[in-house]
Amino acid sequence: MATIRIPPVLRAAVGGEKELSAEGDSVGEILRSVVDSHPETQSQLFSGDGGLNRYVNVYLNDEDVRVLDGLETAVGSGDTLVILPAMAGGAA
Amino acid sequence: MSPSGAEVLRQIKSRIEEVDPSVVREQVSNGAVVIDVREAEEWSTGHIPGATHVPKSYLESRIEGAAPDRDQHVILYCQSGNRSAWAARTLIEDLGYENVESMTGGITLWKDRGYEVEQPRTLTAEQRDRYSRHLLLPEVGIEGQQKLLDAKVLLLGAGGLGSPTALYLAAAGVGTLGIVDDDTVDLSNLQRQVIHSSERVGMPKVDSAEETIKALNPDVEVRKYQVRLGPENIMDILPGYDIVVDGLDNFPTRYLLNDASVRLQIPVVSAAILGFEGQLSVFKPYDGPCYRCLFPVPPPAELAPSCGANGVLGVLPGTMGLLQATEVIKLILGEGEPLIGRLLMYDALAARVTEVKVRRDPDCAICSRHPEEIADEELGVFPDYEAFCAGAH
Repeated sequence: MATIRIPPVLRAAVGGEKELSAEGDSVGEILRSVVDSHPETQSQLFSGDGGLNRYVNVYLNDEDVRVLDGLETAVGSGDTLVILPAMAGGAA
Repeated sequence: MSPSGAEVLRQIKSRIEEVDPSVVREQVSNGAVVIDVREAEEWSTGHIPGATHVPKSYLESRIEGAAPDRDQHVILYCQSGNRSAWAARTLIEDLGYENVESMTGGITLWKDRGYEVEQPRTLTAEQRDRYSRHLLLPEVGIEGQQKLLDAKVLLLGAGGLGSPTALYLAAAGVGTLGIVDDDTVDLSNLQRQVIHSSERVGMPKVDSAEETIKALNPDVEVRKYQVRLGPENIMDILPGYDIVVDGLDNFPTRYLLNDASVRLQIPVVSAAILGFEGQLSVFKPYDGPCYRCLFPVPPPAELAPSCGANGVLGVLPGTMGLLQATEVIKLILGEGEPLIGRLLMYDALAARVTEVKVRRDPDCAICSRHPEEIADEELGVFPDYEAFCAGAH
């Protein structure tokens, strides 16, 4: 069971949760398991071809999964996935 | 009857070694420690290049900092060669230094010979008092404070993030603060924009910020830009600044800023906030990733919270803005480990800080190229966001 941190802009799509737990042995499996439970996250995380949207970064602990094995990156039970979409807001 | 002062001095000079300025000039490059024993005001009018300042009144307590070894070759000088003779006697007879000389004629003769004099930069008495807690830090000191006074920092926005950043940078003595903001102070700003005040509602934010900064620290020059940063003015505003502080509230300008700052090679200390959460990173062109390495494309409107007004805990921009100010000061001083190649996330409700690595993208559309290859028309190339945001409402 890995922990997934949900950023503020995605929380509405997961019922307001800040953190989820999901089963899976890879980043892709875990994210697809999130999408299965919360279908609204599908279009926000994945592009039409099934890859990660380029405006969303996913980190396994502190490392960008794109410099690891992308969606194939192996995930252990104690690991944390951080989802980071671009944020702007200087509270002008 | 006791001998006169002049007689004692004559006797001392007969017991110590004196050396001509021409010899001192050669000895400086041969590893001799040259010490100026005059008072601080005299030192500040000019000294021998490479000399160390140890006033005669502090000789016994500070000499070991300048010349730790008793057998080191030490040359002392003063204004005319008398005080340095007394000081030489102290070093030899009281402190056991073995190889001490006093320069004849002092710096007056040195100057008469036309030798080079170094003019140290100094702080005024008021500045020494104002910045005394900085001066006590070895990482800052007079040299660091001079760097702060010489620094030119551009703040994009005098809003939630810009308010605390501007206040603390001004207090720290950052000499030039540029502020870009086309907005006026609104009552709803005051929950977090602490540089403004109730009686200034309706006043342009740049004017309000200037008033507060001037009242806090008259050393600071404020340059006001009452405009909205855009492609038509960015290349007029940014050049000449050492660091840009980004508190921008929208994506198009963030990309524009990124591209222009890479081209001009100006580091950007960037923060964003939403609700109870903030992000912070330092984008230093060619030293680390740029914003496009992190996010090569902007999110669609429904994932871009900047399209509409959002709630924010008033204190959060304070926290994030002061983290920005801290990074700015570290960059100016060249101290510590700046947040380059790292992104910090702060969750105020959880009181949790998370950090992730940001890699430079070797295929980055902007920073994989030389700065001069980035053309004006490429800066901030971006989807039509205003239309985008309008569609989202």
